[in-house]
Amino acid sequence: MKKMVYLTTGLMVTASSAMAAGHCAAGLTLEEGQLTIATGNPAYYPWVLDDDPESGEGFEAAVAYAIAGEMGFADEDVVWVRSSFDEAIQPGAKNFDFNMQQYSITPERDEVVDFSLPYYTAPMAVLVSPGAVDTEPTLEALKTLKWGAVGTTTAVPKLENVIQPENDPLLYGDNADVNAAMSANQIDAALFDLPTALFLSAVMIEGSAVIGQFASDESDNPDQFGLLMEDGNPLKACVDEAITSLTESGELAAIEAQWLQDATGVPVIE
Amino acid sequence: MAKLELRGVVKRFGTATVCDGIDLDVEEGQMVCLIGASGGGKSTLLRCINLLEPIEDGAIYLEGADITVPGLDPQIVRSRIGMVFQSYNLFPHMTALENAMLAPRLVRNRTREDVRPDIETLFTRFGLADRMNNYPDQLSGGQQQRVAIVRALAMRPELMLFDEITSALDPQLVGEVLDVLLQLKHEGMTMILATHEMEFARQAADKVCFLKDGRIIEEGPPSAIFVAPHHQATQDFLARALK
Amino acid sequence: MKDGNAAAGLTRRQRYEAAQRKRSILIAAASTLLVGLAIFILVPLTPGWDRVKRSFFDIDTLVETFPRLLDAFTINVMIFLWSAPAIAILGLLIALARDTRSPALFPLRIFGAAFTDVFRGIPVILTVYLIGFGIPGLGLPRPWNSPYIWGSLALILTYSAYVAEIFRSGIDSVHHSQRSAALSLGLTERQVTRYVVLPQAIRNVVPAQMNMLIALQKDVSLLSFIGPVEIFRQAGVFKSLLANFTPYVGAAIIFLMVTIPATRYADYLMAKQRQERR
Repeated sequence: MKKMVYLTTGLMVTASSAMAAGHCAAGLTLEEGQLTIATGNPAYYPWVLDDDPESGEGFEAAVAYAIAGEMGFADEDVVWVRSSFDEAIQPGAKNFDFNMQQYSITPERDEVVDFSLPYYTAPMAVLVSPGAVDTEPTLEALKTLKWGAVGTTTAVPKLENVIQPENDPLLYGDNADVNAAMSANQIDAALFDLPTALFLSAVMIEGSAVIGQFASDESDNPDQFGLLMEDGNPLKACVDEAITSLTESGELAAIEAQWLQDATGVPVIE
Repeated sequence: MAKLELRGVVKRFGTATVCDGIDLDVEEGQMVCLIGASGGGKSTLLRCINLLEPIEDGAIYLEGADITVPGLDPQIVRSRIGMVFQSYNLFPHMTALENAMLAPRLVRNRTREDVRPDIETLFTRFGLADRMNNYPDQLSGGQQQRVAIVRALAMRPELMLFDEITSALDPQLVGEVLDVLLQLKHEGMTMILATHEMEFARQAADKVCFLKDGRIIEEGPPSAIFVAPHHQATQDFLARALK
Repeated sequence: MKDGNAAAGLTRRQRYEAAQRKRSILIAAASTLLVGLAIFILVPLTPGWDRVKRSFFDIDTLVETFPRLLDAFTINVMIFLWSAPAIAILGLLIALARDTRSPALFPLRIFGAAFTDVFRGIPVILTVYLIGFGIPGLGLPRPWNSPYIWGSLALILTYSAYVAEIFRSGIDSVHHSQRSAALSLGLTERQVTRYVVLPQAIRNVVPAQMNMLIALQKDVSLLSFIGPVEIFRQAGVFKSLLANFTPYVGAAIIFLMVTIPATRYADYLMAKQRQERR
């Protein structure tokens, strides 16, 4: 009798999960009926507010829940884990279905992992220290500054290929260290994606300013963020479907407008 | 006035009294031998004389001047008294010649060129001319000990102390070192030896002192001590030592 | 039993030992071959091997990134070359400070003890951060706030603490009878330390200090956290751009090119010292 009860309950739970998950993600996630999303540790503003992705507040947190909803997952079926960039690209089984931390899609990375369709096109912006706020937003002026950047980002090739500063740049492990260097006046300028740059300028480094942004549709490397997945993950089709649907319906743009409104008013660099 | 006078010298290590009121006179040019069992205080006494150890009580007079005044800088006194140790203690990172030249250079402020001829003469005088440029680990025990003596002599001391300098040597090497001691004695050096070489003491010493438990039990010329000791302790010691 | 081959030059014992040696060599070669084969055959059979090979041992990536890694390594070498002498000197000074007997210099003794406690007690990376960012953050002008200066200082302070303790043990290892002999010649304490004790002490600890040098060669990479693009940071940049860990393997190879000869030399020095002691 007990066996019957367990069996029936089990079947019912599985059935309801399958129904909740919708058809495209069924059987393709780590845990059946659950969508496991990874984000950074900590997760920064404005991508995630208060390092609390479960709240759904912050651009990436909001997009994550929107995508999950499109794929047929309810909010409570979304599970968040933390990971580093290295964990995302190392070979072997992943502990997430997709990883969402402002990953720029590049062809080299694409050979080793899979990216979804882009969910955001990120212009790169120049943040300068208080001592350099008067610098003109032109390439020649930027060349003379002492630059810093996070070593693991696409800011590095931008520095090397486009800006080509006169002085060797200093590279750091994360945003916090770049801030520390700027506060210690060891660097004049740093490259971040525009929303992050605006946040840092407003909150982290007093007297700093965002003096310019690079046009985001530049030929060599339009910085587009995509969800990062294990190479060959069959879930990609489902994710892409969800993103396409959100883009076409305008919901993605609305989320962007809600969480990333300050992006206007920054001059484009010549 | 004797060359060296000890009056009531007391030395303690913690609760142990190693020298328990020593009185001793050493005349210029005398060779005094200290004999006695190990732990009787011979080494410690020598170390007190050249101020390697401070004394608890009593006084030591060198040429009539009290060298144990508290607060006196021992360095000057030590350059007037030479000491040779049981384990030679040559400086391994220097040649024999450099070992001997070091103190005259640093303490007497002489230059290498100035000092070298004098030292080379000393080496020759003691039959070590061909060993001057060797490092200690290239020398036999007897040679090292003789170099140690030359090193001490280089400072032209007024008084030489020898702390069982043949005890660590192979028997066949002891002779060459004792010969050096005899040579020094003939040259008129004032010498105090702590030694187990009874035969040598009997033949060469002017005065022999028997130490036991930090006191001089008996002292006198070798003819008295070795032939007709007065105290039972002396007799017992000699009986064992001369077997 | 008289050995008939004595005239031919080989005693029976020598023949026996030669045969034993041959047998040992054969067994050693066979077992090494077996282990090598096992690794070469079995490892590629593991399920994740292809992935791991692509991620860590990709030849194209290695070749592509190697020149710039070598280039970045020159920064490591530079930092090492100016830090090592400073460490040797400061380490010796701290050791002498800790051993000083003069009552007037007592504060120096306490300072020395505090110094070694603090800098051996804090992980080097913390010291690098605290000094590398903290002191420039107080408002120094350029170029005095350079991470090269303060990061190197963090390394120098930390390693001096360890090197000082090694020097102290070296000073301790010089038998006190050396001191007695030198003092009896009339040398002052300072002269004894300088001409008799220190030369021996330093010679005694050279092998141990070599180990510190080798550790330093690697810890220079910690400066990558405060800005300088040395080899570890450069490898990290490549890793991010190419989503591949092979640049780290490249960096490891470059490190080994330097540390293996250094380690062999240190071993040689230690063996020589052991022989001399005997």
